[in-house]
Amino acid sequence: MTTTLDQVLGAQAFFAGLDDEHLATLASVAEPVSVAIGRKVFHEGDVADACYLLLEGDVALEMDIPGRGPHVLQTLHAGDMLGWSWLVSPFRYAYDAQALTEVKAIRFDAVALRSAKDTDKVFGYELMQRFAEVLVRRMQAARLQLLDVYGNAH
Amino acid sequence: MATLTELTPKLAPMEPVPFVVRSIRDELSDTFTLELDPPDGVFEFLPGQFTMLYVFGIGEVPISVSGDPAQPSTLVQTIRGVGAVTYALRQVRPGDVVGVRGPFGTEWPLAEADGHDIVFVAGGIGLAPLRPAIYSVLANRQRYGKVVLLYGARSPSDMLFTQELLEWGGRYDVDVLITVDNADRQWRGAVGVVTKLVRRAPFDPHDTVAMVCGPEVMMRFSAQELEGRGVPQHRIHLSMERNMKCGIGLCGHCQFGGRFVCWQGPVFSYDELAPLLLVKEV
Ligand SMILES: Cc1cc2nc3c(=O)[nH]c(=O)nc-3n(C[C@H](O)[C@H](O)[C@H](O)COP(=O)(O)OP(=O)(O)OC[C@H]3O[C@@H](n4cnc5c(N)ncnc54)[C@H](O)[C@@H]3O)c2cc1C
Ligand code: FES
Repeated sequence: MTTTLDQVLGAQAFFAGLDDEHLATLASVAEPVSVAIGRKVFHEGDVADACYLLLEGDVALEMDIPGRGPHVLQTLHAGDMLGWSWLVSPFRYAYDAQALTEVKAIRFDAVALRSAKDTDKVFGYELMQRFAEVLVRRMQAARLQLLDVYGNAH
Repeated sequence: MATLTELTPKLAPMEPVPFVVRSIRDELSDTFTLELDPPDGVFEFLPGQFTMLYVFGIGEVPISVSGDPAQPSTLVQTIRGVGAVTYALRQVRPGDVVGVRGPFGTEWPLAEADGHDIVFVAGGIGLAPLRPAIYSVLANRQRYGKVVLLYGARSPSDMLFTQELLEWGGRYDVDVLITVDNADRQWRGAVGVVTKLVRRAPFDPHDTVAMVCGPEVMMRFSAQELEGRGVPQHRIHLSMERNMKCGIGLCGHCQFGGRFVCWQGPVFSYDELAPLLLVKEV
């Protein structure tokens, strides 16, 4: 029995609870992709034309700091959603995303996804709720990182 | 819960016992490990317990034991230099004598964990007070389900006990996940806070005992994340730090809400602590 893209998507925690119709909508704008180790998934400043659900492998979000070189801000792993710049204007990636290992992911076409979420508001709501949870968690994590809790408190 | 009398060591508890420094080893730029020889050749302790370490003429500080409970011939303690006493401890040399009181306090719940999965969550120097529990668990590996160690450090060069982390990570029966808050591109591992590891660690939350040690903020968020994954509060245990003087429940210096960290802790279950952790200045 072959597994369809809808089934792959339905098995991901990120999409848990989505109904079949919405999974089919997602599948219609999705394609499986592989990224070789060391290759960029996207570059800072590029048009944010996609987001990626990681199925296997690790990706580093990096920023080049003048004088200090590339700095890893965060790594993402299987089950994580990569890329949210497609959601908000100016629709450009804010960081470089580099594959630290061989990566398998599902790529969602951002233009099609935006149009699907605007056409079907219920789908749009379901999608935004899931992205909002990711955003809140990442913001909390980033704040903890900023607190530098392991630094010398004294 | 054990009574104060049961937990108080047999020696006169306020009298420091002279231990000879056998060795001092730098772990990180600000952190070092002391090996001390007990005068009668044996120092028995339970994983999670601490001693009051006395630098004569300077002062006394609570420090957790970081050595192997199966090797009681040496007292091993890992210390980060932050102030007068811990800086003075960094200056001791082999052959010098320091005062030791203890061991004091409660232990990590290894008996409770028997038959269950174990998740250790360590942040920064918090790996040191957990290490005796890790040694014990690995020495009795068959007693437990999955064993997972989640370790978060500030950066790759701030990671403690890297050799042992490598060894533990190389075992087929232990999962070691490491993350750092900050890294350049040389680092090929995970970057992000340790709480993120809780979400992807392989354990059964409904059958897990968690032991968490690190800065208080890190412990608070780790406990919340563990609870969010389904680990009940009473199965999550944290090691608390408060300033101490007597170490044996007499002076009240270590009070945390209605509890004394020195003898009712330092290891507490999260259901005891959760309401207090959010109260400021407790
Ligand atoms: C049960 C217990 C176990 C501990 N185990 C260890 C251990 O294994 N290794 C280790 O390095 N430390 C450990 N500590 C912390 C250690 O006791 C303190 O760092 C030490 O007392 C500081 O004394 P000092 O004279 O060097 O610094 P001080 O001059 O007393 O303080 C210097 C600065 O450090 C701050 N400070 C003091 N104590 C702490 C603390 N506990 N946490 C954060 N900031 C503090 C002070 O506010 C001050 O700003 C433990 C504490 C407790 C209560
Ligand atoms: S240190 Fe004196 S009561 Fe705890």
